[in-house]
Amino acid sequence: MTSWGVILGHWDLVLGDWASMPEMLETLIIMVVKVGVVFATLLLVAAYMTWIERKVIADIQVRVGPSRVGPYGLLQPIADGIKLFFKEDLMPGHVDRALFLLAPALSVVPAMIVFAVIPFGGTIPAFGFLSKPIPLYLSDIDVGVLYVFSVTSLGVYGIVLAGWASNNKYSLLGGLRASAQMISYELSMSLSVVGVLILVGSLRLTEIVKAQAGFSWWMGILPVPNWFVFSQPIGFLIFFTCALAETNRAPFDLPEAETELVAGFHSEYSSMKFAMFFMAEYANMATASAVATSLFLGGPLGPFGSSPVWFVGKVFVLLFVFIWFRASLPRFRYDQLMTFGWKRLLPLALANMVFTAILAVLWVR
Amino acid sequence: MELVLFVGLAAVAAVSGLLVVVQRHALYSAMFLIINMGSLAGLYVLLHAHFVWAVQVLVYAGAIMVLFLFVIMLLNLPREEVRWASRDLKRILAAALLSLVLLGELVLVVGFRSAGPSAGPALAPGFGTTETVGRLLFTTFLFPFEITSVILLVAIVGAMVLAKKHFD
Repeated sequence: MTSWGVILGHWDLVLGDWASMPEMLETLIIMVVKVGVVFATLLLVAAYMTWIERKVIADIQVRVGPSRVGPYGLLQPIADGIKLFFKEDLMPGHVDRALFLLAPALSVVPAMIVFAVIPFGGTIPAFGFLSKPIPLYLSDIDVGVLYVFSVTSLGVYGIVLAGWASNNKYSLLGGLRASAQMISYELSMSLSVVGVLILVGSLRLTEIVKAQAGFSWWMGILPVPNWFVFSQPIGFLIFFTCALAETNRAPFDLPEAETELVAGFHSEYSSMKFAMFFMAEYANMATASAVATSLFLGGPLGPFGSSPVWFVGKVFVLLFVFIWFRASLPRFRYDQLMTFGWKRLLPLALANMVFTAILAVLWVR
Repeated sequence: MELVLFVGLAAVAAVSGLLVVVQRHALYSAMFLIINMGSLAGLYVLLHAHFVWAVQVLVYAGAIMVLFLFVIMLLNLPREEVRWASRDLKRILAAALLSLVLLGELVLVVGFRSAGPSAGPALAPGFGTTETVGRLLFTTFLFPFEITSVILLVAIVGAMVLAKKHFD
């Protein structure tokens, strides 16, 4: 068992002689580096998504967008971050203190830890001094897809508790809307993935990505990758729609509908606590896009082998679609949201599942 | 290492279970119930039951408890002002009796089962994986599994009948 004391005592060994490094220590260091890189990338993406979103929406609305801080306004997220950091941290007197403090953390953490099971590249070769090649995922567990859904289902607590602890009617309404909405769309979201699971026969995300390798010829002329978006188009559309609802993005942004609820569940938050909700929203978008990429768009697969470049590229295409939706679609009314979720998406997802199951049985036998 | 994790998770489960009962606000009770379920899920992982862990978090912590919170928030329950239940002699007697029965059961079970941790039979390869659990559910335990789904269906229909005042 390697303890932290031993690890710290072995630094000279790590730096001096790679060959004799104990394998346990090597695995641990690789793991820590991978976690660090993924975490830092996610935070950076979450910060720069605000810039991308403002720029894209500005373009769509024929405006300029942020342009003063740095070239093309590229330093705007950093300026915003510093501003939020130095703002006064207000705690209204009527709030439930413990839950008020807990809620922002509860909404950020689930968004981040989903990335633990997402394969974001192939493998890095051992370069001669490592004992084995480095696989580019953090962990590969047997219940990968279930892990993703269970962790994302915990994300709602941050919003619900923020709404309740704020002790403010608008916040409470936002929190209630969020919980009802997220429970409703979670069902269709999980069901939309079942088609993919039937085709793969595994819940491991690495297996799901592997099953999407290769090309098939469409009408003998056009090479089409074996991505599940082509064999499960309805599943993908349902999944993406539900992802919009789960991340509380337009047109499903009722929990924070600014025209009716001030800012919904985060009305009472300021400074870094507000920033954490902001970060959670963007991290959730990145997570949802990453999961959709792994399940339907072949994950890191692409021409010239699998690479993090393809993965990041696909994730950003989906993130762009997120923003595009926000700029194009008006917000749903609440009853429309519920009708759409329960009476349209859910039956469609069930039909897709049954249809896929029948086809899979006919195909295999 | 496993023992440390087990003791830690068991302690969290026990303490949070106790806190569920003694909290004066229903919302805090619900929060501690979530912590309790989370630590139980951790214990399932220690037992190599990964599928049960995922389902525990997904269904109980992720869905059912959200509904609990939803209902508590909708009812807008006030904080309970009574510090302890009234010092009613009958209540105390009943509580003491029930506690003694539970203690007796525990002593009986623990005393008869083993005199220490037994190793138990070795785990079959693939134990606790989704595939194994699914195979068991659809072969050995098919009948209970289907019965459960029918019972759930009955419960759904019953809930709708109770909730709807009149049918068209």
